[in-house]
Amino acid sequence: MLRKQKLVVIGNGMAGARLVEDILARGGADKFDVVMFGDEPYGNYNRILLSGVLSGTHDPQDIFINSLPWYEENNIKLHAGIRVSSIDRAGKTVYGSNGVSESYDKLVIATGSSPFVPPMDGLKNGDSLKDGVFVFRTLDDCDAITKYAEGGKRAAVIGGGLLGLEAARGLLNLGAEVHVVHLMGNLMDVQLDAQAGASLRRSMEAMGVSVHLNKATTGILGDDCVTGLQFKDGSTLDCDMVVISAGIRPNVQLAKDAGLTVERGIVVNDHLVSVDDADIFSVGECTQHNGMVYGLVAPLWEQTAVLADRLTGRKAAAAYKGSKISTKLKVMGLELAVMGAKEARDENDEVVVYAEPSRGIYKKLVVRNGQLAGAILLGDAATAPLLLQSFDRGTELPENRAEMLFSLSRTDDPMTFAYVPDTAQICNCNGVSKAQILSAVQAGHRSLKAVCDATRAGTGCGSCKSQVQGILELACEGQVETDPATHYYVPGVPLSKPELIAAIKEYQLKSVSAVFAVLAAGKEDPASKVGLASLLKTIWHEEYEDERDARFINDRVHANIQNDRTFSVVPRIYGGVTSSSELRRIADAADKYQARMIKITGGQRIDLLGIKKEDLPGIWRDLDMPSGHAYAKSFRTCKTCVGTEFCRYGVGDSTGLGIKIEKRFQGIESPHKMKLATTGCPRNCAEATIKDIGAVAIEGGRWEIYVGGAAGAHVRKADLLVTVDTHDEVLLYTGRFMQYYRENAKYLERTWSLVERISIEKLRRILVDDSEGICARLDQDIQAAVDAYRDPWQEAIEPVHPAQFVNTLGAVTLTQIQGLQPSYGD
Amino acid sequence: MDIALQQSAPTLIPKVFVNLGSIERIPLGEGREFLVDDEEVVVFRTREEKVYALQAKCPHRSGPLADGLIGGGKVICPFHAYKFELSSGNPIGHDCAALKTYNVQISEHGDILLYC
Ligand code: SRM
Ligand SMILES: Cc1cc2nc3c(=O)[nH]c(=O)nc-3n(C[C@H](O)[C@H](O)[C@H](O)COP(=O)(O)OP(=O)(O)OC[C@H]3O[C@@H](n4cnc5c(N)ncnc54)[C@H](O)[C@@H]3O)c2cc1C
Ligand code: SF4
Ligand code: FES
Repeated sequence: MLRKQKLVVIGNGMAGARLVEDILARGGADKFDVVMFGDEPYGNYNRILLSGVLSGTHDPQDIFINSLPWYEENNIKLHAGIRVSSIDRAGKTVYGSNGVSESYDKLVIATGSSPFVPPMDGLKNGDSLKDGVFVFRTLDDCDAITKYAEGGKRAAVIGGGLLGLEAARGLLNLGAEVHVVHLMGNLMDVQLDAQAGASLRRSMEAMGVSVHLNKATTGILGDDCVTGLQFKDGSTLDCDMVVISAGIRPNVQLAKDAGLTVERGIVVNDHLVSVDDADIFSVGECTQHNGMVYGLVAPLWEQTAVLADRLTGRKAAAAYKGSKISTKLKVMGLELAVMGAKEARDENDEVVVYAEPSRGIYKKLVVRNGQLAGAILLGDAATAPLLLQSFDRGTELPENRAEMLFSLSRTDDPMTFAYVPDTAQICNCNGVSKAQILSAVQAGHRSLKAVCDATRAGTGCGSCKSQVQGILELACEGQVETDPATHYYVPGVPLSKPELIAAIKEYQLKSVSAVFAVLAAGKEDPASKVGLASLLKTIWHEEYEDERDARFINDRVHANIQNDRTFSVVPRIYGGVTSSSELRRIADAADKYQARMIKITGGQRIDLLGIKKEDLPGIWRDLDMPSGHAYAKSFRTCKTCVGTEFCRYGVGDSTGLGIKIEKRFQGIESPHKMKLATTGCPRNCAEATIKDIGAVAIEGGRWEIYVGGAAGAHVRKADLLVTVDTHDEVLLYTGRFMQYYRENAKYLERTWSLVERISIEKLRRILVDDSEGICARLDQDIQAAVDAYRDPWQEAIEPVHPAQFVNTLGAVTLTQIQGLQPSYGD
Repeated sequence: MDIALQQSAPTLIPKVFVNLGSIERIPLGEGREFLVDDEEVVVFRTREEKVYALQAKCPHRSGPLADGLIGGGKVICPFHAYKFELSSGNPIGHDCAALKTYNVQISEHGDILLYC
């Protein structure tokens, strides 16, 4: 058998680790023993998502691409946290900073780059950066910035490029006052023209970031820690922390010391091999190919694929021909995509511009010989995928340039994806190309979910899913399997909601296990249990056979689980109206059970946080108040304002109405939460028009009933369903709408989505004009649900199982037991 | 709690079956924790009356698996819904480390016997 060669990779970042993945995917494990060195003490993570980590949209845990066990499973020896200090080319050995050495047959240098820190006075204390001065490149940087920014700091970012602006947005989200200081007269001057730069500046300022242009920072002020910045023009800026984001410099010292040709980066040819040494290769940001050094991930994906093809012999003739670059700014609330040239080269170039400054929109195309040479899309990047395709592939642009500037329906046409080159990267979070998606389809994955699971495309931020769908449709030639599961009410029972309801009624299935037994061939699916329990309760009311294991933990113990396994307790406070004796009981209970926090919630009641599971029955007994259902998919609260009782503008008794609503509908299960409000006049202090159901008092003693409002993850103004005269009528329509929602919404679909799906006009016909003749039945069914209500906190007195509120059933000490003489069969 | 002690067979193997008491103490289809020396072990009782014993805390961010939903041979962590196979402890669809598993059975008298 042929001896395996030893491949050593220096750098365990996006390029190094990707190369190893690519080599393994091509069967390279048979050919190479792989050894990696990584200066950072972790597995490989997705560096581009650090912006998301800083701004709080991504959890550090979730950005890892290759966790440490991955290396072990794939027989890769990783020296994690070990820096390579030298390469001995003659002896074909690399030396690590801890004295370890590894010989190699082939060596890949993928050391990436480091942040460039321009010379400034007062930058350092001794050898390290002054307290409060940071760069933004690694997970550790991110962590340090987050910790330092705690408690509302004044932060300056030096550098108004892509990374600087992403850092600024992150700092803003951390609660800092943020200043961006930029050397040039325009933000992102490398990618943007003056007009786009100015528009971007206005958008950043609207977000709350102060922008200082044409400012050269000459010094950092402060003795022990940062107190401000000194500029060349004599002015200063007070600040408590500085993030320097002034560009990057390739990490090439190691290669230079080894005698390799290094200009800006390590010089390689089309085979990504050093021009001096046939056994040394380089990929990623430390690499210079054809005069270019790239600072983005897309080029390095192309490089690693070529090098893996060559090293494994899959395609021994593969060659890298350079990359076209495009990029997106990942700043929450701001769309910006740029590619290629930002200005016309000469008068032969055609420039198409569309600007709408009031909305922060600026779009520009640079067209050369009928092809796209560059584009800027700011404020609305809907056509970015289309432009990217055209740019990457160099296709002829349509005569009507507007088609490329505005999203017309033809972007849905799968044929447009036919023009995307196979190498184009579709998923930018996980670096998945069109070719990979195509081969997943060929391997038999024919639904969106199956393709995403197989390729990891769409599993990061999710924004590329429509493109994955488009490619899937193209590749399947119309034979796409719409994941049947998307139409199922729950994933584990292959029926839509109406079919499921019909079957449940037909076979008289009254428990979750009965549904699995009859409708899912006996196969339990834990992910389906909770949705089924909710539906069965809606159908059978008191006849429903409750199985506690089908409930989420919150509904088993009627409280909301916290990250330390304690629970939060929110008693019901009808309409937000309480009394001094109730407040005293709450205060006493909070003391007795050592609530870690007493908080007024957004729903007009009081939350006692940090209560132990074992203490739940006790605190409920002491409170002597019903559950507020703050944990359940059910009716939650009815917010009220003071209305006619006190307010000088009030025209309706909103408080009284809210209390009636809450007493009537408390605890009613539903596909998702139902939050209501009643308000005493159109000033709308209780925010009734952004609630699932809201009642607004209007002059003349009447009430407007609104449905389908939202102000959570989605914001929507509610639609007027009907205007009525009395409290009783409000209760009637409220109940009728609730029951309709309970029967017709998908599991976890909020009312706003149902209202948009069915349309308010149709709902009005059904629920007000009784066009389907179901109103009487809806009223009857909601009444049955109201009658079935029982305060779950009564389980304090009668637990459903002795172990309902118990975490640990017992403790044993083996050392004691093992000393005893065992007896058999006792 | 009554901790009787049993051995699998009259051999010299130092490991023992520890009696953790009646299986009825765990609600059907749920799990509860036991402390074995300093180790937290969760024992699940499925609707088909099978038992599984695994490491009690989720390797992702220490979610209490005893509070999770089980069925179809899987457990779903209550914190972020990561899934694990009950029989092997293997992660399903994510990169977390596998859960440690323990040998456990139900005695003829309906007691939980944990082998450790
Ligand atoms: C306690 C409270 C925050 C506060 O301190 O004020 C709260 C706390 C939680 N909310 Fe909320 N929400 C609270 C008011 C709101 C509001 C405002 C309101 O109710 O007036 C909203 C926006 C309105 C809405 O419902 O859309 C709100 C939108 C959400 C959402 C997004 C829902 C959506 O469909 O967009 C979730 C996530 C979910 O339900 O999937 C959520 C989920 C949660 C959970 C239950 C997350 C969880 O599963 O652990 C939080 C529990 C925290 C804990 O540790 O116990 N919370 N949450 C508020 C309780 C109100 C109450 O008295 O019942
Ligand atoms: C916050 C942020 C956001 C970004 N956003 C985007 C984006 O949206 N789109 C985009 O295309 N690009 C983005 N980038 C750039 C992208 O992350 C880089 O292009 C990419 O990481 C380069 O990969 P690399 O492997 O060459 O370098 P790196 O990922 O930096 O990996 C190099 C690794 O080598 C290690 N190393 C260096 N020297 C040694 C040594 N002597 N011994 C051992 N190990 C060593 C380093 O510690 C590092 O872990 C972003 C970068 C940052 C920092
Ligand atoms: S909504 Fe009207 S009645 Fe209610 S507090 Fe505001 S002004 Fe007063
Ligand atoms: S802690 Fe278990 S999934 Fe996050």
